[in-house]
Amino acid sequence: MTAHSVNHHDDHHHDHEAEATSKVLFGFWVYIMSDCILFSCLFASYAVLHTHVFGGPTGKELFDLNYVMVETFLLLISSFTYGLAMLAVNKGKKCQVMGWLLVTFLLGVGFIAMEINEFHHLIAEGNGPSRSAFLSSFFALVGTHGLHVTSGLIWMSLLMIQVVKFGLTPMVNRKLACLSLFWHFLDIVWIFVFTVVYLIGVM
Amino acid sequence: MSNNHHDSSHGSVKSYIVGFILSIILTVIPYYLVVHHAMDFDNLVLTVMAIAVLQLLVQVVYFLHLSFKGEEYSKTLSFIFTILVVLILVIGTIWIMWNLHENMMPGMTH
Repeated sequence: MTAHSVNHHDDHHHDHEAEATSKVLFGFWVYIMSDCILFSCLFASYAVLHTHVFGGPTGKELFDLNYVMVETFLLLISSFTYGLAMLAVNKGKKCQVMGWLLVTFLLGVGFIAMEINEFHHLIAEGNGPSRSAFLSSFFALVGTHGLHVTSGLIWMSLLMIQVVKFGLTPMVNRKLACLSLFWHFLDIVWIFVFTVVYLIGVM
Repeated sequence: MSNNHHDSSHGSVKSYIVGFILSIILTVIPYYLVVHHAMDFDNLVLTVMAIAVLQLLVQVVYFLHLSFKGEEYSKTLSFIFTILVVLILVIGTIWIMWNLHENMMPGMTH
């Protein structure tokens, strides 16, 4: 009887946690959808302004497709490894979770380092955001994505500390699931940055 | 009980690997098309954009696990609505600005 009631209580607890998780994830999803609209405004302004080079260099002269391809793969692989981290979360394997999060984090840092290097070169050569409307919209779009990835990395490092400190509790798992949505979303935005800005830019 | 629920909404190793491989293919194809100038400009833009949309769908299904089942339904519905808003914003902006350019600055086009 006692065992039964304890089990019953446990079930209720699980239901409550599952409900809280699905509510939090839906709320976070709605935030991501609003972020989509932010990015679509930046894409729209880039689409309108990308021909306005004001006598300055065009995308064809500035972009190195091979370099951007490496960036793309870093982000794509990191999206995959975060997925593997989430699978480990579901299995409750703390060491695996930490391992995959660390790999994801390093890939993300690699992506951001390459992007900062690219921006640095552009600005050093006098092709900063003030050079032309094209470069203003380019820096606004790619820079906003870069800031999102950076905040994702900060969030990820804080969550790694929480995993070590608290273990895989329902609260930590919920936060990891939110970040997984955010991280996959950033990869999807990058597909369009890669296509619209770089691939079409070098044609 | 609880495990089953999680498995269904977070996919499996297989779904991540399939999504990953498809994403790689859909990244490499447009790269080669652009590097080797496989078609004329207009067709190339259309093809590359179509492949990007295809990769969006692949990642949404295999990485974000959107579906019309159970509690994923409301996420999918809000996603479709957002796509609609995004399309109105982007296509509407390009349309309006292109018309302005054509009609307000006729000297610029010649």
